[in-house]
Amino acid sequence: MNQIPLSHILFVSTALFFIGMYGLFTRRNMITMLMAVELILNSVNINFIAFNKYLYPEKLEGVFFSLFIIAIAAAEAAVAIAIIINLYRNLHSIDVEAADEMKF
Amino acid sequence: MGTTQLLFWFLSILAILGAILVVTSKNPVHSVLWLIVVFVAISGHYILLDAQFLAIVNLIVYAGAIMVLFLFVFMLMNLNADTEPQKNRWLKIAGVVTGGALLLVLVAALKKADLKAQMAEMGKGDIGLIHNLGLVLFKDYVVPFEISSVLFLSAMVGVVVIGKKAEEDKTTLGSQKYGG
Repeated sequence: MNQIPLSHILFVSTALFFIGMYGLFTRRNMITMLMAVELILNSVNINFIAFNKYLYPEKLEGVFFSLFIIAIAAAEAAVAIAIIINLYRNLHSIDVEAADEMKF
Repeated sequence: MGTTQLLFWFLSILAILGAILVVTSKNPVHSVLWLIVVFVAISGHYILLDAQFLAIVNLIVYAGAIMVLFLFVFMLMNLNADTEPQKNRWLKIAGVVTGGALLLVLVAALKKADLKAQMAEMGKGDIGLIHNLGLVLFKDYVVPFEISSVLFLSAMVGVVVIGKKAEEDKTTLGSQKYGG
Protein backbone atom coordinates (compact mmCIF):
# COMPACT_ATOMS: atom_id res chain seq x y z
CA MET A 1 0.00 0.00 0.00
CA ASN A 2 2.12 2.83 -1.27
CA GLN A 3 -0.75 4.73 -2.79
CA ILE A 4 -2.37 8.02 -1.89
CA PRO A 5 -5.44 9.29 -3.73
CA LEU A 6 -4.94 12.47 -5.74
CA SER A 7 -7.76 14.20 -3.89
CA HIS A 8 -5.83 14.08 -0.60
CA ILE A 9 -2.97 16.08 -2.11
CA LEU A 10 -5.43 18.53 -3.63
CA PHE A 11 -7.07 19.00 -0.21
CA VAL A 12 -3.70 19.86 1.32
CA SER A 13 -2.89 22.38 -1.39
CA THR A 14 -6.37 23.92 -1.17
CA ALA A 15 -5.98 24.33 2.58
CA LEU A 16 -2.59 26.00 2.12
CA PHE A 17 -4.03 28.30 -0.55
CA PHE A 18 -6.82 29.54 1.70
CA ILE A 19 -4.59 29.90 4.75
CA GLY A 20 -2.42 32.11 2.55
CA MET A 21 -5.48 34.04 1.44
CA TYR A 22 -6.57 34.56 5.03
CA GLY A 23 -3.10 35.88 5.78
CA LEU A 24 -3.31 38.27 2.85
CA PHE A 25 -6.67 39.58 4.12
CA THR A 26 -5.84 39.99 7.77
CA ARG A 27 -2.19 41.04 8.03
CA ARG A 28 -1.18 44.67 7.69
CA ASN A 29 2.56 44.12 7.79
CA MET A 30 3.59 44.33 4.12
CA ILE A 31 6.31 41.66 4.42
CA THR A 32 3.96 39.22 6.10
CA MET A 33 1.50 39.80 3.27
CA LEU A 34 4.30 38.94 0.86
CA MET A 35 4.88 35.73 2.83
CA ALA A 36 1.19 34.86 2.44
CA VAL A 37 1.61 35.30 -1.31
CA GLU A 38 4.56 32.89 -1.23
CA LEU A 39 2.33 30.38 0.58
CA ILE A 40 -0.28 30.68 -2.19
CA LEU A 41 2.36 30.20 -4.90
CA ASN A 42 3.63 27.06 -3.19
CA SER A 43 0.16 25.55 -2.94
CA VAL A 44 -0.17 26.02 -6.71
CA ASN A 45 3.20 24.33 -7.18
CA ILE A 46 1.98 21.27 -5.27
CA ASN A 47 -1.01 21.09 -7.60
CA PHE A 48 1.19 21.18 -10.68
CA ILE A 49 3.47 18.44 -9.38
CA ALA A 50 0.57 16.24 -8.27
CA PHE A 51 -1.26 16.48 -11.59
CA ASN A 52 1.98 15.80 -13.43
CA LYS A 53 2.63 12.71 -11.32
CA TYR A 54 -0.88 11.28 -11.42
CA LEU A 55 -1.96 12.07 -14.98
CA TYR A 56 1.27 12.09 -17.02
CA PRO A 57 3.89 10.22 -14.98
CA GLU A 58 6.28 9.89 -17.91
CA LYS A 59 6.31 13.61 -18.74
CA LEU A 60 7.85 16.61 -17.04
CA GLU A 61 5.59 19.54 -17.97
CA GLY A 62 4.33 20.16 -14.43
CA VAL A 63 7.84 20.03 -12.99
CA PHE A 64 9.02 22.69 -15.42
CA PHE A 65 6.02 24.87 -14.72
CA SER A 66 6.84 24.71 -11.00
CA LEU A 67 10.49 25.38 -11.70
CA PHE A 68 9.64 28.56 -13.61
CA ILE A 69 7.14 29.58 -10.93
CA ILE A 70 9.92 29.29 -8.33
CA ALA A 71 12.24 31.37 -10.52
CA ILE A 72 9.64 34.08 -11.07
CA ALA A 73 8.70 34.05 -7.37
CA ALA A 74 12.35 34.72 -6.48
CA ALA A 75 12.45 37.74 -8.82
CA GLU A 76 9.07 38.93 -7.53
CA ALA A 77 10.16 38.69 -3.90
CA ALA A 78 13.30 40.72 -4.61
CA VAL A 79 11.40 43.49 -6.41
CA ALA A 80 8.65 43.54 -3.76
CA ILE A 81 11.19 43.84 -0.95
CA ALA A 82 12.90 46.71 -2.77
CA ILE A 83 9.54 48.48 -3.06
CA ILE A 84 8.81 47.83 0.64
CA ILE A 85 12.20 49.21 1.67
CA ASN A 86 11.55 52.31 -0.43
CA LEU A 87 8.12 52.76 1.19
CA TYR A 88 9.65 52.26 4.64
CA ARG A 89 12.20 54.95 3.89
CA ASN A 90 9.46 57.41 2.96
CA LEU A 91 6.76 56.50 5.48
CA HIS A 92 8.82 55.05 8.39
CA SER A 93 6.27 52.26 8.68
CA ILE A 94 5.52 48.99 6.93
CA ASP A 95 1.85 49.15 7.75
CA VAL A 96 0.10 48.77 4.42
CA GLU A 97 -2.50 51.35 5.43
CA ALA A 98 0.18 53.98 5.96
CA ALA A 99 0.67 54.14 2.19
CA ASP A 100 -2.51 56.09 1.52
CA GLU A 101 -1.13 59.07 -0.34
CA MET A 102 -2.90 58.16 -3.55
CA LYS A 103 -6.10 57.13 -1.76
CA PHE A 104 -9.20 58.79 -3.16
CA MET B 1 -0.90 2.27 6.60
CA GLY B 2 2.35 2.03 4.73
CA THR B 3 5.37 4.21 5.30
CA THR B 4 4.44 6.49 2.41
CA GLN B 5 1.01 7.16 3.82
CA LEU B 6 2.37 7.86 7.28
CA LEU B 7 4.89 10.23 5.74
CA PHE B 8 2.20 11.91 3.68
CA TRP B 9 -0.03 12.55 6.70
CA PHE B 10 2.87 13.77 8.79
CA LEU B 11 4.03 16.20 6.09
CA SER B 12 0.50 17.43 5.40
CA ILE B 13 -0.22 18.13 9.07
CA LEU B 14 3.17 19.82 9.43
CA ALA B 15 2.53 22.01 6.38
CA ILE B 16 -0.97 23.08 7.40
CA LEU B 17 -0.04 23.66 11.05
CA GLY B 18 3.00 25.67 9.98
CA ALA B 19 0.94 27.71 7.55
CA ILE B 20 -1.62 28.54 10.24
CA LEU B 21 1.16 29.64 12.57
CA VAL B 22 2.68 31.78 9.77
CA VAL B 23 -0.47 33.84 9.41
CA THR B 24 -1.37 33.98 13.11
CA SER B 25 1.89 34.56 14.98
CA LYS B 26 2.38 38.10 16.25
CA ASN B 27 6.14 38.22 15.88
CA PRO B 28 7.13 38.51 12.19
CA VAL B 29 10.42 36.66 12.81
CA HIS B 30 8.44 33.66 14.10
CA SER B 31 6.33 33.89 10.94
CA VAL B 32 9.43 33.56 8.78
CA LEU B 33 10.71 30.60 10.77
CA TRP B 34 7.36 28.80 10.49
CA LEU B 35 7.33 29.53 6.77
CA ILE B 36 10.66 27.69 6.51
CA VAL B 37 9.00 24.69 8.24
CA VAL B 38 6.18 24.85 5.65
CA PHE B 39 8.69 24.89 2.80
CA VAL B 40 10.55 21.88 4.21
CA ALA B 41 7.24 19.99 4.45
CA ILE B 42 6.36 20.94 0.87
CA SER B 43 9.77 19.72 -0.28
CA GLY B 44 8.98 16.40 1.38
CA HIS B 45 5.76 16.28 -0.64
CA TYR B 46 7.77 16.89 -3.80
CA ILE B 47 10.06 13.97 -3.01
CA LEU B 48 7.00 11.75 -2.46
CA LEU B 49 5.67 12.91 -5.82
CA ASP B 50 8.91 12.01 -7.66
CA ALA B 51 10.16 15.54 -8.20
CA GLN B 52 13.45 15.16 -6.36
CA PHE B 53 15.31 17.95 -8.15
CA LEU B 54 12.44 20.36 -7.57
CA ALA B 55 12.46 19.50 -3.87
CA ILE B 56 16.12 20.51 -3.58
CA VAL B 57 15.56 23.66 -5.66
CA ASN B 58 12.64 24.55 -3.41
CA LEU B 59 14.79 24.13 -0.31
CA ILE B 60 17.71 26.14 -1.71
CA VAL B 61 15.75 28.96 -3.34
CA TYR B 62 12.84 29.37 -0.93
CA ALA B 63 14.01 28.17 2.46
CA GLY B 64 17.58 29.27 1.77
CA ALA B 65 17.60 32.45 -0.27
CA ILE B 66 14.19 34.13 -0.09
CA MET B 67 13.64 33.51 3.62
CA VAL B 68 17.12 34.82 4.48
CA LEU B 69 16.23 37.94 2.47
CA PHE B 70 13.06 38.33 4.53
CA LEU B 71 14.95 37.86 7.79
CA PHE B 72 17.50 40.47 6.72
CA VAL B 73 14.75 42.95 5.97
CA PHE B 74 13.18 42.33 9.39
CA MET B 75 16.57 42.87 10.95
CA LEU B 76 17.23 46.08 8.98
CA MET B 77 13.84 47.55 9.88
CA ASN B 78 14.13 46.34 13.48
CA LEU B 79 10.68 44.77 13.48
CA ASN B 80 9.28 42.75 16.34
CA ALA B 81 5.97 41.92 17.96
CA ASP B 82 5.62 45.42 19.42
CA THR B 83 5.81 47.21 16.09
CA GLU B 84 3.53 44.73 14.36
CA PRO B 85 0.39 46.49 13.14
CA GLN B 86 -2.80 44.65 14.08
CA LYS B 87 -6.10 44.62 12.32
CA ASN B 88 -9.29 44.81 14.33
CA ARG B 89 -11.25 41.74 15.33
CA TRP B 90 -14.09 42.21 12.84
CA LEU B 91 -11.74 42.23 9.88
CA LYS B 92 -10.18 39.00 11.14
CA ILE B 93 -13.60 37.37 11.43
CA ALA B 94 -14.41 38.61 7.93
CA GLY B 95 -11.14 37.07 6.69
CA VAL B 96 -11.98 33.73 8.29
CA VAL B 97 -15.50 33.76 6.82
CA THR B 98 -14.33 34.72 3.33
CA GLY B 99 -11.45 32.26 3.19
CA GLY B 100 -13.51 29.53 4.84
CA ALA B 101 -16.45 29.96 2.44
CA LEU B 102 -14.19 29.73 -0.61
CA LEU B 103 -12.42 26.73 0.90
CA LEU B 104 -15.76 25.05 1.52
CA VAL B 105 -16.87 25.58 -2.08
CA LEU B 106 -13.61 24.24 -3.47
CA VAL B 107 -13.54 21.21 -1.15
CA ALA B 108 -17.16 20.41 -2.05
CA ALA B 109 -16.30 20.62 -5.75
CA LEU B 110 -13.26 18.39 -5.18
CA LYS B 111 -15.34 15.78 -3.38
CA LYS B 112 -17.77 15.66 -6.31
CA ALA B 113 -14.96 15.39 -8.84
CA ASP B 114 -14.16 11.93 -10.11
CA LEU B 115 -10.64 11.70 -8.79
CA LYS B 116 -10.95 8.65 -6.57
CA ALA B 117 -9.69 6.35 -9.30
CA GLN B 118 -6.49 8.30 -9.73
CA MET B 119 -3.80 6.41 -7.85
CA ALA B 120 -0.08 6.34 -8.40
CA GLU B 121 2.91 4.70 -6.83
CA MET B 122 4.65 7.24 -4.64
CA GLY B 123 8.39 7.66 -4.49
CA LYS B 124 9.11 5.03 -7.09
CA GLY B 125 10.13 6.90 -10.24
CA ASP B 126 13.35 8.59 -11.26
CA ILE B 127 11.78 10.93 -13.83
CA GLY B 128 12.41 13.94 -11.60
CA LEU B 129 16.15 13.36 -11.33
CA ILE B 130 18.48 15.91 -12.82
CA HIS B 131 19.57 13.74 -15.76
CA ASN B 132 16.09 13.48 -17.28
CA LEU B 133 15.24 17.03 -16.30
CA GLY B 134 18.32 18.53 -17.90
CA LEU B 135 17.75 16.71 -21.19
CA VAL B 136 14.25 18.15 -21.51
CA LEU B 137 15.18 21.58 -20.15
CA PHE B 138 17.88 22.21 -22.72
CA LYS B 139 15.88 20.80 -25.63
CA ASP B 140 12.20 21.64 -25.28
CA TYR B 141 12.38 24.41 -22.71
CA VAL B 142 15.48 26.27 -23.82
CA VAL B 143 13.58 29.41 -24.91
CA PRO B 144 11.70 29.88 -21.59
CA PHE B 145 14.97 29.16 -19.81
CA GLU B 146 16.75 31.96 -21.67
CA ILE B 147 13.80 34.31 -21.23
CA SER B 148 13.88 33.69 -17.48
CA SER B 149 17.52 34.79 -17.46
CA VAL B 150 16.47 38.08 -19.09
CA LEU B 151 13.71 38.36 -16.48
CA PHE B 152 16.27 37.96 -13.70
CA LEU B 153 18.50 40.62 -15.23
CA SER B 154 15.61 43.05 -15.48
CA ALA B 155 14.50 42.22 -11.92
CA MET B 156 18.04 42.86 -10.69
CA VAL B 157 18.24 46.23 -12.46
CA GLY B 158 14.76 47.10 -11.17
CA VAL B 159 15.70 46.26 -7.59
CA VAL B 160 18.80 48.44 -7.77
CA VAL B 161 16.87 51.36 -9.28
CA ILE B 162 13.98 51.13 -6.80
CA GLY B 163 16.07 50.43 -3.74
CA LYS B 164 18.71 53.07 -4.41
CA LYS B 165 18.67 55.95 -1.99
CA ALA B 166 17.92 59.31 -3.57
CA GLU B 167 20.94 61.41 -2.59
CA GLU B 168 19.51 64.90 -2.84
CA ASP B 169 16.31 66.53 -3.90
CA LYS B 170 18.02 67.93 -6.97
CA THR B 171 19.09 64.54 -8.25
CA THR B 172 15.67 63.07 -7.50
CA LEU B 173 14.02 65.78 -9.56
CA GLY B 174 16.52 65.32 -12.35
CA SER B 175 16.00 61.60 -12.49
CA GLN B 176 12.24 62.08 -12.46
CA LYS B 177 12.50 64.45 -15.39
CA TYR B 178 14.38 61.88 -17.42
CA GLY B 179 12.02 59.10 -16.47
CA GLY B 180 14.54 57.27 -14.29
